[in-house]
Amino acid sequence: MVRVDNEGASSALIQVRGLNKTYRRGGEQIQVLQGLNLDVDKGDFVAFMGPSGSGKTTLLNLLGGLDVPTAGTISVDGDEITHMAASKLTQWRARHVGFIFQMYNLIPVLTAYQNVELPLLLTKLSKAQRKQHVLTALSIVGLADRMHHYPRQLSGGQEQRVTIARAIVSDPTFLLCDEPTGDLDRRSATEIMELIEALVDKHGKTVLMVTHDPLIAARAHTTLHLEKGVLVEAHKLEQNVAAGGVA
Amino acid sequence: MKFRHLIFANLFRKKIHLLLTIGSFAVALFLFAFLAVVRDAFSRGADLASADRLVVINRTSIINPLPLAYRDKILRIPGVKYVTHNNWFGGIYQDEKNFFPQFVIDPENQRQVFPELIVPDDQWNAFLKDRQGAIVGARTAKRFGWKIGDRIPIKTTIWGGGAWEFNIDGIYHGKRPQDDETQFWFQWDYFEEKVPDRVKGQVGWYVIRIGNSDDAPRIAKAIDAEFANSPSETKTEAESAFAANWVKQFGNIQFLILTIGAVVFVTLLLVTGNTMAISVRERIGELAVLKAIGFSDVAVLFFILAESLAIALFGGLLGLGFAMVVMPVLASALSSLLPNLILPASALVLGLVMAVALGAASGILPGISAMRMRVVNALRRI
Repeated sequence: MVRVDNEGASSALIQVRGLNKTYRRGGEQIQVLQGLNLDVDKGDFVAFMGPSGSGKTTLLNLLGGLDVPTAGTISVDGDEITHMAASKLTQWRARHVGFIFQMYNLIPVLTAYQNVELPLLLTKLSKAQRKQHVLTALSIVGLADRMHHYPRQLSGGQEQRVTIARAIVSDPTFLLCDEPTGDLDRRSATEIMELIEALVDKHGKTVLMVTHDPLIAARAHTTLHLEKGVLVEAHKLEQNVAAGGVA
Repeated sequence: MKFRHLIFANLFRKKIHLLLTIGSFAVALFLFAFLAVVRDAFSRGADLASADRLVVINRTSIINPLPLAYRDKILRIPGVKYVTHNNWFGGIYQDEKNFFPQFVIDPENQRQVFPELIVPDDQWNAFLKDRQGAIVGARTAKRFGWKIGDRIPIKTTIWGGGAWEFNIDGIYHGKRPQDDETQFWFQWDYFEEKVPDRVKGQVGWYVIRIGNSDDAPRIAKAIDAEFANSPSETKTEAESAFAANWVKQFGNIQFLILTIGAVVFVTLLLVTGNTMAISVRERIGELAVLKAIGFSDVAVLFFILAESLAIALFGGLLGLGFAMVVMPVLASALSSLLPNLILPASALVLGLVMAVALGAASGILPGISAMRMRVVNALRRI
C-alpha cells in the first residue's frame, strides 16, 4: 500500500517524512522537494511521474542514499538513512538498494558475468557462491547464455537486462529504476517491464521507478506525480486537473 | 584477489595508451640505470678506496713530479707501513682509440700497498726478474687477446719517441667485481733506463699504506710538514679524497647526473599523472556507478592507485630488465672511455622503488579526485 499523506509513524518498508531538498544554482535557491511524505510497503511497485525538473530523479537519489536531503527523514526497514555517515551509507546501499539506470551504466571492459558479479565482490561470499548467485540472476533475466559477452556485444535491451541482474544479484531490499526503458525501443521496453513486473509479482521485490512514459507507469501498482515538490496520487491529480487545480 | 579482474580490465582498456605509458616508464628507468652506471663508474674510485691508503702528490699539481728521495723520508714517519710510487706512462697501443691506463710501478711494494689486486706468485716472480716485464689487468688482457709470454709494443707520447717493448709476465685480477682490471704495470727500472736524464729520479706520486686508518689525518699532516718549504711541497690526502678530486676535474658529474635524472623523473611524473587524470575523467561515470552500488571511496582510490602502480611496475621492470641485458654490451663498447661499467644491484632496487613511488604519485591526485567525486553529480553527466 502506498500513501503520500501520512505524517505519523507507520510499519511501511520505506517511510519518508517532511522531505525537503533545496539546490543553490547561481545565487538562487531552488526548492525541489517541499515537505514530501511517502510510505511504501514491501512488494509495492511505484511509478513516479512528473515534468522535467520536477525532482523525480532527486527523490530517487535521496531514497537510494546517493544524496542527502536539506530536511526531513527517510527510513528503510527501520534504518534511518538520512543521518548515516557517508561510509555507513555506502555499506547500506550495497546491502539494501539495487540501481537500474536509463543508460545501463555497465562497465564496458567487463563481461556480463563480471558486471553482475560486481556487487558480490563486496560480500564475503566465496567464488563458487558468487558464481551461483550470478548464474541465478542471469537466468532470471534470461541471459545465462550471454554471460561471457561484453556490453558492446549486446543489444540495448540485453544490456538493461544485465543491469537488472546486477541490481538483483545481492537480493537488495528494494530496486530503484531511473527511466529503465528510456533508451529502448517499444518492444525492448515491454520486455524489460515484463521482467520488472515478474520481479515484483514472482520474487516479491519492492520497486520504485521514475518514468516519463504513461504506458510504462501504468504497469506499476501505483503512480505518483511529483508536482511542485510534493507527491500527488494519479487519480487525485486527475480530479485536480478536472477542477482546474494543480497541473 | 577478487578485484583483479576489474583492475586488469581497466588497465588493458586502451592498449596503445597503456603501451605508451609503460614505454615511458621503461625508457625513463633505462635512462636511470644508465646514469647510475655512469655515476658508479665515476665514483667507484672513491667508493673502492681503502681507508688505510694515502696518496701524496706535488702540492702544485699532480702533473709536477716528486723526487724519488722522498720515499725513505716518508717511510720514517711513524704509522707508515709501506710506500710505493707510480708514474703515468700515457702510451698508445696500436691506435689512440685503444686507451688503457699504464703505470710505472715500484715492484718491491706494489702488492703490499694494493693487496686487493691479485697476481699469482709465479707470475709476479717472473715479472720481478724481467726488466721489460709487465703485469696487465684481466679485462685489458681479454680486450686485446694478450696472454702471458706476448711481447707488446707501446708507443710513448710523453717520455721520448718510439715504441717501448714489454713482455706480458702476469695478469692480475681484482678481489671484488668492481675492482679496476684495466691497468698495465711495468718496472720502475726499465722506465728509469729509458726516460731522458732530466726526468730521472722523479716519480709521479706516492701511495702509502698505513697501520691504522685512524692515524690518517696525523700522518698526512706529518708528511706535508716534512716537505714544507722544499722545492717540491706535497699534498697528502686519503685515497678516497684523491679519487673524488680526480673526478671533479671532469666537472660536477654527480650534479649533472642528478639533474638529468630529476628532469627525466619529473617529466615522467607529469606525463603519467596527466594520463591517469585523463583515464579517470573518461570513466567518471563508471566510477560513480561503482560507488552507487556500494564500493567505498577508499576502494575507488585503491583501484586507481593499483592501475598506476601496475603501469609503473611493468614499465620499471621492463626498463631495468632491458638495462641488465644491454649494459654489458654497452660496457664493452665504452670500455676505452669508461672502463668496467657495472650496473649495481643497489641501482636496480632504487630504480624499482622510484618507479613505484612515481606510480603512486601519478595516481594519487586523480584517485583522490575520484574518491571525492559526488555520485549524483557524476551520474548526471552521463
